[in-house]
Amino acid sequence: MSSTILINKVSKRFGKKLVLNQISLTVESGQIYGLIGPSGSGKTTLVKIIVGMDSPSEGNVHVLNTPVPKLQLLQRIGYMAQADALYTDLTGEENLAFFASLFKLKKNVQQERIAYAADLVNLTADLKKKVQNYSGGMKRRLSLAVALIQDPEVLILDEPTVGIDPELRQSIWAELYRLKNEGKTILVTTHVMDEAEKCDCLAMVRDGEIITSGSPSELKKQYGITSLEEVFLKAGGKQQ
Amino acid sequence: MRIFALVKRIFHQMLRDKRALALMMVAPLLVLTLLNYLLSGNTVDPRLGVINADDKLLERLKDSEITIIQVEANTKDLILHKDLDGVLHFDGDDISLTLTNDQPNAAKALQIKVQQAIAAERANEQAANLSVFMEGIQSKLPEVPLKIEAAKAPEVKTSYIYGNKDTIFFDQLSPILVGFFVFFFVFLISGIALLRERTTGTLERLLATPIQRRDIVFGYLLGYGLFAVIQTIIVVTYAVKVLDITLVGSFWNVVIINLTLALVALSLGILLSSFANSEFQMMQFIPIAIIPQVFFAGIFPFESMAGWMQVLAKCMPMYYGGNALVDVMYKGLGLSDIRNDIFVLLGFSLVFILLNIVALKKYRKI
Repeated sequence: MSSTILINKVSKRFGKKLVLNQISLTVESGQIYGLIGPSGSGKTTLVKIIVGMDSPSEGNVHVLNTPVPKLQLLQRIGYMAQADALYTDLTGEENLAFFASLFKLKKNVQQERIAYAADLVNLTADLKKKVQNYSGGMKRRLSLAVALIQDPEVLILDEPTVGIDPELRQSIWAELYRLKNEGKTILVTTHVMDEAEKCDCLAMVRDGEIITSGSPSELKKQYGITSLEEVFLKAGGKQQ
Repeated sequence: MRIFALVKRIFHQMLRDKRALALMMVAPLLVLTLLNYLLSGNTVDPRLGVINADDKLLERLKDSEITIIQVEANTKDLILHKDLDGVLHFDGDDISLTLTNDQPNAAKALQIKVQQAIAAERANEQAANLSVFMEGIQSKLPEVPLKIEAAKAPEVKTSYIYGNKDTIFFDQLSPILVGFFVFFFVFLISGIALLRERTTGTLERLLATPIQRRDIVFGYLLGYGLFAVIQTIIVVTYAVKVLDITLVGSFWNVVIINLTLALVALSLGILLSSFANSEFQMMQFIPIAIIPQVFFAGIFPFESMAGWMQVLAKCMPMYYGGNALVDVMYKGLGLSDIRNDIFVLLGFSLVFILLNIVALKKYRKI
């Protein structure tokens, strides 16, 4: 197993405020890696640095053995932002087609991928509708489909299930497992503890630092408790 | 090409946004039409009250399109009550003119007409006196053939280099307006479009794909540029064919100037949008970045501006655009005469485009 995402002592400052402090983590190929932490803990900043939208003040990041930032790398990363960044005046299909052409997919491949991604997130019937008529959950699913459009090797999903009802959340996780089985590496952020259980590996983030990491069962064993929530509190408490 | 993906998307969005489309294509026509009728409306003859004026002078005043009303007194109440623009009062050798001056421009014009009529009448009287005097001398010296042409008020033949005697202010103003509306509406629509892309997060999403920053800027320029081409052709055609605005030079030169203006407006609009966080903040740029452009576009003569104002004028894209448009539409000059203006405008847009590409670094470092 080779590591897909390698973060080496990354720090980030906005002015004087230290948002990320010496973060190091490794995501192995084919893993679902969870970044768990409360809002404002620096998860999104870290994700943006991994994608290359933001540059770290210190340290460096490698994705697929390539130093970030690199434009060509973005072809191989599927990114889903925290906010639904969709063109609401276009239809779902037009949104997918637009992003597909930004990844320079050929016409026939484009249609295949649009059909595949729409089917995966269960939006095939709504593709001709304008996005402004979509429900919140539909928009979230379309965002996920956009992230999958170019068949990326790495998926970076920033709170993919926020504001989504439990049933849909379940189905999105089912999709993530399916993608994992296809050999994709997935990095997902969340602040919901019960989602943490579903990851192969976890890093708990608080105030810009990783307070503990490992697989869910390892973590529970390490701290001798059964709920990850308590692990988070205990690990966080130990730091102070 | 990624640029074309962007252009295609902009087309989809624009064609669906009927209001923006109408703002861009129809609003300039509406404003131009209104201004056309407002500025080319017939002027009403001024109403002048007179006291003790002689008939010959009255004839002359009537000839210069002044409506004469005989009045008895020169009081404010009477002037206002009779709705006069002024009263001319002869009291022996003293002449006094009272002007209402509610519209300074009209008052000035009336004053000049009255002065001219009086001066002409005096010259005529003098000429008559002179010929009487000559005849007197002649009758006393019958042998000497003395011939002097009676002095006549000279007729001045006027010819015009630009325009003709029917040219009005709107003829000089309309080229500027045609350019300004293209400038303004393109600025507004492109600026707000990119702003919306930033505030909805789609710009960030866009930059998470392998698109180059310059591709985004050029995609925008090309996408909205094509709408600007259509707008320019509609506005110019309408102004010339329907409103019958003076167009001495070539129609295509006007289109070229307006397109370069649109390019400047596009690049400026998307540049300024990166300093705005909402549509309202975008609107706040209008009084700062757009309205002053009109003042320096040639409505006020450049020569009469103070030195520092002239420097300011030369920093305004509309100064060059207005200049070139007046040159072509009113003066009928050719492409070689407006070449420099076009180059300066292209220079402006090049600078704005480069700044745009740099400004996008805020969203992605590479």
